[in-house]
Amino acid sequence: MQVSMTVNGKRRSANVEPRMLLVHFLREQLLLTGAHVGCDTSQCGACTVIIDGRSAKSCTIFAVQADGSDLTTIEGLAADGRLHPVQEGFWDQHGLQCGYCTPGMIMSAVNLLSDTPRPTDQQIRDGISGNFCRCTGYQHIVNAIRQASAQR
Amino acid sequence: MAVTPILPKLVGERVRRREDPRLIQGRGTYVDDIKVAGMQHLAFKRCDIAHGRIRSIDTATAAAMDGVEAVVTGAQIADMLGPMPIGTPFPSPPHRAVAVDVVRYAGEPVALVVARDRYVARDAADAIVVDYEPLPAVVDPEQAMVGKPTVIHPDFPNNLAVALVPSGTGVSADGKTVDDSAISQAFAAADVVISQRMVNHRLVPNAIEPRGVVAHYEPGKETMTIWSSTQNPHILRTMIAAMTGMGQDRVRAIAPEVGGGFGSKINIYAEEYVAAVITKKLGIPVKWVEDRSEAFVATTHGRDLIGYIDLAATRDGKVLGLKMRLIADIGAYNMLLTAAIPTLTMLMANGNYNIPAIRATLTEVFTNKTPTDAYRGAGRPEATYFLERAMDMLARELKMTPAEVRRRNFIPANQFPYATQMGAVYDSGDYERALNRALEASGWDQLTAERDAARKQGRLVGLGLATYVEVCGLGPSSSLPTGGWEHSQVTVERDGRISATTGASPHGQGNETTFAQMLGDQFGVPIEHVTIRHGDTDIVKQGIGTFGSRSQAVGGTALHLAGGKVKAKMAKFAAALLEAHEADLVFENGTIAVKGVPTSAKTFADVAAYAYIPVPLPEGLEPGLSDEAFFEPANNTYPFGCHIAMLEIDRETGEPKLLKLVAVDDAGNLINPLIVEGQIHGGLAQGIGQAMVEEAVYNEDGQLVTGSFMDYAIPRATDFPTFELHATNTPTPVNPLGAKGVGEAGTLGSTPCIVNAAVDALSEFGVKHVDMMLRPERLWRIIQGGRA
Repeated sequence: MQVSMTVNGKRRSANVEPRMLLVHFLREQLLLTGAHVGCDTSQCGACTVIIDGRSAKSCTIFAVQADGSDLTTIEGLAADGRLHPVQEGFWDQHGLQCGYCTPGMIMSAVNLLSDTPRPTDQQIRDGISGNFCRCTGYQHIVNAIRQASAQR
Repeated sequence: MAVTPILPKLVGERVRRREDPRLIQGRGTYVDDIKVAGMQHLAFKRCDIAHGRIRSIDTATAAAMDGVEAVVTGAQIADMLGPMPIGTPFPSPPHRAVAVDVVRYAGEPVALVVARDRYVARDAADAIVVDYEPLPAVVDPEQAMVGKPTVIHPDFPNNLAVALVPSGTGVSADGKTVDDSAISQAFAAADVVISQRMVNHRLVPNAIEPRGVVAHYEPGKETMTIWSSTQNPHILRTMIAAMTGMGQDRVRAIAPEVGGGFGSKINIYAEEYVAAVITKKLGIPVKWVEDRSEAFVATTHGRDLIGYIDLAATRDGKVLGLKMRLIADIGAYNMLLTAAIPTLTMLMANGNYNIPAIRATLTEVFTNKTPTDAYRGAGRPEATYFLERAMDMLARELKMTPAEVRRRNFIPANQFPYATQMGAVYDSGDYERALNRALEASGWDQLTAERDAARKQGRLVGLGLATYVEVCGLGPSSSLPTGGWEHSQVTVERDGRISATTGASPHGQGNETTFAQMLGDQFGVPIEHVTIRHGDTDIVKQGIGTFGSRSQAVGGTALHLAGGKVKAKMAKFAAALLEAHEADLVFENGTIAVKGVPTSAKTFADVAAYAYIPVPLPEGLEPGLSDEAFFEPANNTYPFGCHIAMLEIDRETGEPKLLKLVAVDDAGNLINPLIVEGQIHGGLAQGIGQAMVEEAVYNEDGQLVTGSFMDYAIPRATDFPTFELHATNTPTPVNPLGAKGVGEAGTLGSTPCIVNAAVDALSEFGVKHVDMMLRPERLWRIIQGGRA
């Protein structure tokens, strides 16, 4: 089936199998490998991207369901060579170790801050509770998102 | 002349990581991001029963599917690949990468498909039909070794993988002669004896990146390149070369970006060997990436150790003797280090205490479950858990504070190095200082008052404390089948930039940063001029890998030594240029100058250039600035600390909530405190996870019923309070950095201090012990029983 969507500001069209997951479409056809696959039950959130302004787990959506959408992936977050404040926060606060959950975690944090620009620590923890991190114990991630929220 | 800014000292500073810019922009390259032209995909057919005999495998439908290149059964793999080797000296049954006649755990591979893409490969694997004759599943390790159990491996009657190895006081080094007199006397002289069976339950490591491998054999060159999500590419290279019959000079192993390991990516797995022999056989590159559902059963599990603990003491709290009878459920097969992991529990039975007599015994049992191997802490958290629970039970029995009973038994700070009853030599320590720091930092007295006030309101609040000592910095070579050294090569390039390699292949530990900090200081150059390379055996000539909290203590020392050699040679070139003595030179601010004569300075780059075009060549020197070091530590390091938890249990639902966690960790000298904090946080998360939410549960048929993220609780951000970290710093004399290692520490103290807190919270019900995990239902039953 033919799909067409805007990804990180660029128009993309392709022919895909109806059953192809969006995350595989992004990774294998568009070669945007920043969204990762960490599970097969939509729990871990490593594949999180932003679709039409809302965060979504791209392993839970078929590519054809995203037809006509406007997507932002981790690769499209930095603008004009400048990191997004959430990316800066993760770097400054050591919000990542192995980096595998990081793209999804950052996209969830971006979504959180667009809904709640000044979250409390508890709101930050709630906001990223759909994303697993096995390395950091989350504390530095909370610090990173708090830093980003203060910079907005 | 422009004034050169003074370069900041880097070691000991919270330098933000040099790995991060690529990772926060989605530009890291993990195994699944790698594509090789012509690459095909593997998918495994795995058995869905725990124990059975394969009657037949029907591959016809799968083989006929469009896009399927090949379907391969276990018998066909056995023609190309021998049984998989292990790395421990214990006897072991043959373990085929793909089962040939009998399957011994649910998830064991029985066949595989090579196909055009991962979707087709999975469809075809699902289309393979296997007919089994089911056999009874062996699930309970204690029942598995008595009577006439179902036998999993014919040559191992009663399923005993390792039958009763003794260790400790009165046991000769070879384990052959055993003298019981000291341990018997200790128990005969005791006023009190604490006896408790405890379970340190099975966990699933669950690195968020599942395993994966790309293997590419190039027939014309007769070379193999294998990318794998591994903690130790050099061990992978060694094993792949041995198992494919190729020389190590023809195999290149690459650990690209690795998405966490936690011990589970040390083992060299069936899928890696199979990918290697398939690419060699078919002459096409192949990729396999694990699904999470597969990872739950196909990647090694951790822990799963039952301890029968007896602690003998006097009425005033002095421990006289300890018996630790251990039964390890190792699952269906021995993997690379499986059999050795529980021996680390025995090694650390002494804990932080001066215990006059200890007897530990270890039995390892096969069951029809996924094999166990290393998981963060690997044997040491189990020792700490058993001992620290027993010490807490002793305190409760004697109506003594948990701090006091520990204080009365600590190895005194002036007794190091300290030879334990278990054969370890603790390098350095000050356990009372860490305890005092934790009591003070947590405000223990205040917390006690808060707990008592809460109890007056009818709330179930408890306080728990645990101390720990850990064996880290593994080596030396006598203790590891792989060798216990680490390797580094440091090169000052022609332009004065520094490139260095390390065999300690990281997967989140931040070595690209910490090691660059070290070299920046050593050579007096900006960190931006240093690049640390790792993970590729064609670039990193030798190495062992990252596990056992060894990167800094062993790998960092190898780097430091290699850097020292290069610096000494560079000083000789600089001395020739400056017509000065090497001993009078200082390396700082990107220059080399005669001490006290800054106008004499030559830039680092000028001296480097001279070393590569040495006209004239100083007498006795070869051109160039590159050297290597292998560092073999003389001993392990023994970090320690004290963790304190406050926890509340909901009286109505039994749900526990962690209110506070204070950790004091002593890892010796720190290179980058920011990274150290991250390591401790991660360890705490996994230790708390074990105590509170994580458990691999098997049913009576040998099925893993917690086999997905829907059933197995990975801790979420909402599960933790803000951790409060503090440190003492007791350098180790074992290496010139004084660094001990910190990767696993968080898992040691946190688990027992939380269970100690839970028992304290439940004290009104007369509870002496509760097994992990602290499942609300289990706690609710205790509360209900207490009411009845």
